[in-house]
Amino acid sequence: MECVLELRGVSKHYPSHRAVSGVSLALARGEFFSLLGPSGCGKTTTLRMVAGFETPTEGQVLLNGEDISQYKPYQRNVSTVFQNYALFPHLTVQQNVEFGLRRRPGNHYAQRAIQALELVQLLGKEARRPNEISGGERQRVALARSLVLAPDVLLLDEPLSALDPNLRKQVRAELKSIQRRVGITFLFVTHDQEEALSLSDRLGVMNAGELQQMGTPEEIYLRPRTRFVAAFLGEVNWIDGIGVRPEATRIAKEPPVERPARPATVVQSTFLGNCIHVEARLPNEQPVLAEVSRLGEGFRAGDPVYVWWEPADELVFQ
Amino acid sequence: MNRLRAWFLAPTWTVMAVLFLGPLAIILAYSLLTRGAYGGLSSPWTPESYQRLVDPIYLTILWRSFWIAGLSTLICLLLGFPLALFISRSGPRKNLYLSLVILPFWTSFLIRTYAWMFLLRDTGLVNTFLQKIGVIHSPLSLLYNNFAVILGLVYGYLPFMVLPLYATLERLDQNLLEAAADLGAKPWATLTRVILPLCEPGMRAGTILVFIPCLGAYLTPDLLGGGKSVMIGNLIQNQFTTARDWPFGSAVSLALMAVVMTLLLALARRDAEDLL
Repeated sequence: MECVLELRGVSKHYPSHRAVSGVSLALARGEFFSLLGPSGCGKTTTLRMVAGFETPTEGQVLLNGEDISQYKPYQRNVSTVFQNYALFPHLTVQQNVEFGLRRRPGNHYAQRAIQALELVQLLGKEARRPNEISGGERQRVALARSLVLAPDVLLLDEPLSALDPNLRKQVRAELKSIQRRVGITFLFVTHDQEEALSLSDRLGVMNAGELQQMGTPEEIYLRPRTRFVAAFLGEVNWIDGIGVRPEATRIAKEPPVERPARPATVVQSTFLGNCIHVEARLPNEQPVLAEVSRLGEGFRAGDPVYVWWEPADELVFQ
Repeated sequence: MNRLRAWFLAPTWTVMAVLFLGPLAIILAYSLLTRGAYGGLSSPWTPESYQRLVDPIYLTILWRSFWIAGLSTLICLLLGFPLALFISRSGPRKNLYLSLVILPFWTSFLIRTYAWMFLLRDTGLVNTFLQKIGVIHSPLSLLYNNFAVILGLVYGYLPFMVLPLYATLERLDQNLLEAAADLGAKPWATLTRVILPLCEPGMRAGTILVFIPCLGAYLTPDLLGGGKSVMIGNLIQNQFTTARDWPFGSAVSLALMAVVMTLLLALARRDAEDLL
């Protein structure tokens, strides 16, 4: 594995608080890596230290093995797609894409800008101003403006959060397909676990400035190392200290054969279209959520039921 | 709804009609009358005052007013932009610096102009100091010339340039500056390619706010120019006082207004084109 970006014990301390504490990670070339966490967890600060907008208090940022911690943003071959896209309002779409090209040696600016706009399917809009195109199109201009520079790492700061939900899924798919085609390393910051799980080759979960766990989406979701990671990636039923995901929680009106099960009472059943959420309560008042297929048996409030799960589905913490 | 609108607009319309349109109509009438023997006005109606405007003497004054006002505005822009940029980057000290910019308004413009006379005259602070330290042997003539007038105008109107520039810079999306650096722009390129173009509305506003009062200034050229650097404002003042030629004074006033209106309309048209 060729390592393109490495963070070694990177911390950022402000007078009032510690935004990032001792984050270490390494990105392979061509990888799609996400930093996932709630707002204020330090993920954006981490991204900004890679971009060069912030200088680490401790630790090093290495790009292709070179320590770039003290380099200015314009000295680093990384590029950022900002949350609000930060397109230059006084320039056309094409001039925006050419902006970075004109700041470095080379030629054929126009041709390369057009190629980048073709990649993000924006041909025909090159003469427009940012305020004359839609939010989704602006996002793609921002992407093209960075991609055209062939950065070692593309940094994306919650680039989908400004889009409306319908568009978000579509853009998500486009983003992944573009990343595969260009083969550029993506460092993607998000608070949306669905985005992180569906897009990433690997992801890291951050909380309170610390990187809590790194791994593939399956590893993180199925084998979370801490309760925080487990809870942040999806719903968890906490039953006597054991964590079980709702979709791994079985529920039935008859007890299963040869398996211990707990009796419970249905509180509510919610139809969600593709599945049904059944909320039940154990005798000790602990709530349990089970996600069941709408093709299976139906439940109503007050139904006496049994809940159980496979031992392999238990979330175990160290 | 329309009645409510009429009620809300009524005070403004009244003020405009009584204090602006009325006097303007009076000045227009004055400008078309003949001067009285001892000042004042008399018949008949005549466009003669307007015909006198093209006299080379007055064209020289008009030209001088334009270049002095233009140069003062340019200097204000060159001094004001770095200052506004600095203030907009000063974090919590912004408000302190802004109050320092408007601090001179706390005293009368007249007193401040007199203060400049004390500084600039032959026995003033500047000349005394330079002679004491031996840089010069005889006093420099700093007062009663174009230099003194421009200095006074720049001093007086600099805040009107700084404030709109500051407002524009303050509203500038900081992400745009980060994006520029991120794309490889060094600080100078960020300044010239991003900050300056986006500051254009502020520069235009500041230019209008400084150029127009400079063009019509009469106190500064009167006191610091000492009658040697006559501007159009002094010309108008003279017609109403010593020259006792109200019709001509009115004609010059209206001509100045027409020029300013033309300039403003040209700028407004550019704004409209920018929006298209």
